[in-house]
Amino acid sequence: MDTFVFVFAGAFATATPLLLAAMGELVVERTGVLNLSVEGMMAISAAIAFMVVYTTGSHSLGFLIGAVSAAALSVIFAVLVLVFLANQVAAGLAVGILGLGLSALLARSFESETLIPLRDINLPVLSDLPVVGPILFTHDPVVYLTIAIGLVLAWMFTKTRLGLILRVVGENPEAAHNLGFSVLRTRFWAIVFGGCMAGLAGAYASTVLTPVWSQGMIAGRGWIAVALVVFGTWKPLRVMFGAYFFGAALLAELAVQSLGIDIPSQIMSSMPYALTILVLAAVSKDTVRIRLNAPVSLGENYRPSA
Amino acid sequence: MGDLIPWRIVPREHASRQAVILVPAMTIVLTILCSIVLFTALGASPGLALYAFFVDPFSSAYSISEILVKASPLILIAQGLAIGFRAKVWNIGAEGQLIIGAISASLIPITWPQSTSVLMLPAMILMGVVAGMAWASIAAFFRTRYNASEIIVTLMLNQIAFQILYYLVTGPLRDPRGYNFPQSVPFPDAALYPTLFGGADIRANLSLAITIAASFAAWLYVSRSFSGFRLLVGGIAPAAARYAGFSQKRAIWISLLVGGAAAGLVGVGEIAGPIGKLQPILSPGYGFAGIIVAFLGGLNPIGIVFAGLFMAVIYVGSDSALLLADIPSSAPIVFQGFILVFYLAASLLIHYEIRGKAAVKSGGAA
Amino acid sequence: MMKHNTSYPAPVAIENPMSEMATPLLQLSGITKRYPSVVANDGIDLTIQPGEIHAILGENGAGKSTLMKIIFGVAHPDEGRIHWCGEEVRIENPASARTLGIGMVFQHFSLFETVSVVENISLTVPGSLEELADRIRQKSDEFGLPVNPGALVHNLSVGERQRVEIIRCLLQEPRLLILDEPTSVLPPPNVEQLFATLRKLAESGVAILYISHKMDEIKALCSSATILRLGQVTGRIDPRTTDASELARLMIGREIPHATHAEANGDGEDRLVVSGLSYADPDPHSVDLHNISFSVKSGEILGVAGVSGNGQQTMARLFSGEEILPPQFREAIQMMGQPVAHMNAEKRRRLGLSFVPEERLGRGAAPGLELKNNGLLTAHRLGMVRRGFVRRPQRDQFTDKCITDMDVRCSGRNAAAASLSGGNLQKFIIGREMMLEPKLLIVSQPTWGIDVGAAAMIRQRLVDLRETGAAILVISEELEELFEISDRLIVMYDGRMSDPVPTRATHPEEIGRMMIGDFDAVGKSGVDQSWVI
Repeated sequence: MDTFVFVFAGAFATATPLLLAAMGELVVERTGVLNLSVEGMMAISAAIAFMVVYTTGSHSLGFLIGAVSAAALSVIFAVLVLVFLANQVAAGLAVGILGLGLSALLARSFESETLIPLRDINLPVLSDLPVVGPILFTHDPVVYLTIAIGLVLAWMFTKTRLGLILRVVGENPEAAHNLGFSVLRTRFWAIVFGGCMAGLAGAYASTVLTPVWSQGMIAGRGWIAVALVVFGTWKPLRVMFGAYFFGAALLAELAVQSLGIDIPSQIMSSMPYALTILVLAAVSKDTVRIRLNAPVSLGENYRPSA
Repeated sequence: MGDLIPWRIVPREHASRQAVILVPAMTIVLTILCSIVLFTALGASPGLALYAFFVDPFSSAYSISEILVKASPLILIAQGLAIGFRAKVWNIGAEGQLIIGAISASLIPITWPQSTSVLMLPAMILMGVVAGMAWASIAAFFRTRYNASEIIVTLMLNQIAFQILYYLVTGPLRDPRGYNFPQSVPFPDAALYPTLFGGADIRANLSLAITIAASFAAWLYVSRSFSGFRLLVGGIAPAAARYAGFSQKRAIWISLLVGGAAAGLVGVGEIAGPIGKLQPILSPGYGFAGIIVAFLGGLNPIGIVFAGLFMAVIYVGSDSALLLADIPSSAPIVFQGFILVFYLAASLLIHYEIRGKAAVKSGGAA
Repeated sequence: MMKHNTSYPAPVAIENPMSEMATPLLQLSGITKRYPSVVANDGIDLTIQPGEIHAILGENGAGKSTLMKIIFGVAHPDEGRIHWCGEEVRIENPASARTLGIGMVFQHFSLFETVSVVENISLTVPGSLEELADRIRQKSDEFGLPVNPGALVHNLSVGERQRVEIIRCLLQEPRLLILDEPTSVLPPPNVEQLFATLRKLAESGVAILYISHKMDEIKALCSSATILRLGQVTGRIDPRTTDASELARLMIGREIPHATHAEANGDGEDRLVVSGLSYADPDPHSVDLHNISFSVKSGEILGVAGVSGNGQQTMARLFSGEEILPPQFREAIQMMGQPVAHMNAEKRRRLGLSFVPEERLGRGAAPGLELKNNGLLTAHRLGMVRRGFVRRPQRDQFTDKCITDMDVRCSGRNAAAASLSGGNLQKFIIGREMMLEPKLLIVSQPTWGIDVGAAAMIRQRLVDLRETGAAILVISEELEELFEISDRLIVMYDGRMSDPVPTRATHPEEIGRMMIGDFDAVGKSGVDQSWVI
């Protein structure tokens, strides 16, 4: 029972960076841009947020400056693909590598330093409920904020004009341009939003979830976030579900250890990655569903004629 | 946003030929300018740092040999990846394929640590190549059978390969007399590439010859073979490839298998070359740097040779930079990022030309 | 009624004598637009009065679309001035065009497939979705344009989409409505319905700018016309009083040649046999095929008529091998006597199939590759590859021959496919496919968007190839073309195929009825005289 509670309660926190980054990437991809630099953007924000929180003690400031730093990196990506019409895959890799390099460089003297994480909320009555209390009502505020962001995005895409514009720019940029919408401006702000979200994700990972700095601490979570967008077939609620599923899977290693089962830890550490491949395959196999939901212009640059 | 940009981008009728030289040159100049800023920010003297990066690597026979030791794997991986990239098959998993290739090849000297057989090295090469291909074929399988993005699959396979390597060197393949260090038994001489040019501290070895041969083969394949042509068409005009009946699945398989083979070969080159055993760190990120080398070389086999040499200079230079100017060892990764960013920006010139907006407006409506 | 006048100043509105003195709604003077390889508009003057239906007539490539893009703010002129209601304006973008009161219905619709009708309209028309839905119903009743505001666009037929586009423009109460080749997507009987709507609009004072290359339509609808050729104005006339040959002379500059051929003898062997072909397209935006059966014999041209979007594209992909069926359905398509439905494109080509697709750039040819390598694309089996390596002399010889034979205007075999004009690229592709000496040639939209001279040449070559005993299947939207070259005709509608009729035993009116699904129209005498071929 304790293991059960541990996994399901912990999943909310482990899922939070995945979900933040995936929500950002979802918005970017909906406008037709594939930004593969999520890992690098998370890394740079993780490093900078860690240093900010370490020096000032303020998590809010850490999150803010982390998000700004990742957004700055996303601007480089945006300029490459929107202005210089660079291949989106290559540009994402380039900016990702830059982010990973800069994070290692900037935070090199903080290796193995630790921070005090954010305190969990404590609601009267609710937090003290058995099972339900620890699973649902005993998390840090960012966890709830992330869920709120997910719900707001789901509402935005289905009910608002902004959501409609993002969708149509991703479906047919040429037609959107002919109607007088600026494809480049829309894509630019979507990319910057994606950068901010990846930044929040990185900041959460390094200052709240595992408040110890080590180089390479993002460990592929940015890539899992990219895969999550495909799992969720570009729908916010499905992506949320996928993120919590993966959050639980990432905890399986600790859970198995606590149950006293002897499996080499490396095998357990590989599980989320293997799982990513398998779930990705299961979802991608349904090409009709992918074609119905995938933004039609995903990965293609747009150059306004005239 | 269009209003903010003071120039217009106009497509060229033909790809620019001058750009083949101009683009890498601009890339390198811009990267150096940016690194000067970076060095200054790190509190190092930019002059000294540039000296360490770009001059010191040529100061001795040893360091020149080190450039070749680093260039060889970079070029080999990039040649393999570039064939796939031309077909728009994005194998980002060379690092994992390298590791699995190295692990498989190492099984032979670990099983027969006393052997002096001349067959040992060829057998290792075969094992490494086959294992690299096998690891890459997982991604090819998932892509062709389940339509799963090879980018994500190969990346996940990298992470898994790291875990497998770590498990093996700390467990089943650990040297029992190695004081619990996570590494295998040292390989016998028969399992090592013969070094070139004699000298005792010269580590450049026969794998260099393999790289040169592979580069020639890549050039022949890309520029003269029909199979290379099919792959290219699949990359630049997928609908035209489908129309002509060029199989996309075949292109995916070829791309990933060639990339995996090259990476596996590099894995062998590392354990049978400078390292001489299996250990948790087999490459200083050759798998990722190879991606950059492939792009910087314009996905062209000849360009890749030069790009690989340039990148190797940075690798060797970063050692000097740490010693001479106290530049952290993570700086070269930032360098690599800059290089690729600037290369992609400058590449615009290959297919487009840039014209001032003002010149156009002057004749326009009042 | 005024007499027409072919010289400057431009004609004034004919319906309303008062407007002769009134300020024109739109006046363009000296509009010039240059692209890297071509001057699309060269000093164009144009004047439009309120309530006028004004035609812009010209061949493909004459510069009509560029001019409309300039008026709608999608493109900007390099030189020239625009006056709107007497005041000089600069139309920065479509939004500013709409603010002025200009609406445009595009040839390729700017509707979004995954979004509903009312959501599409809400992108450009302010108001809540409920309110808009009401207004859509209202306009739809007023002008006879039935649409369902809640429908998703990808479920709509091409005609319905056009209605949505028109309603979208009307909701903004435009003073000038531009229609770019609006009938190219309509089956003939729906054309008159559109014309009725447009006349009603003009009566209400809206000026209409009607772009077309079809002279008969313009004679039936428009009160004045500006004719463009190679980016320049070649005439300003009243189309109702100008005869067709004069129009053609102004538009093309010479007589239109026609392909001629003898009747097929009809005793050839079956080269393509389609039996009971049904196909549910995995692409949700495509049309499914239902139980299609027909055959093409050697020495004949079979024409497939039908409005685009009725399953022709899917059928062409199934024939070419770009789309393949599982082995159990292999018999559904037979070529040269063999079941092929399960074979890929390359295997079918080895049996003697050649195929010219609808999209030339990107499908029939790789845009970035030189012509020599675009020759290699499908002609490689003519000895251009040995032991896996490309034999360059063979490839180059082939390409040079193709360029000369087909009179492809280009800078030589090293010219990139993308640098050729549409017509020249099509000549190259058709030449390449014919040099493969096909037993069966399938051609989709052979002359779509091509100038008249090149089109005539292509049609003649198809007829010549038939004479050598090849079987030819031509899928085309242009009825005139099909009547010119085919021996038999079949009609495709909503994924279904009519029975074949000998071309000489039918007439365009009958085929036109079949194009809206009335497959029993064969043999009935025509009643609808509203349109003429």
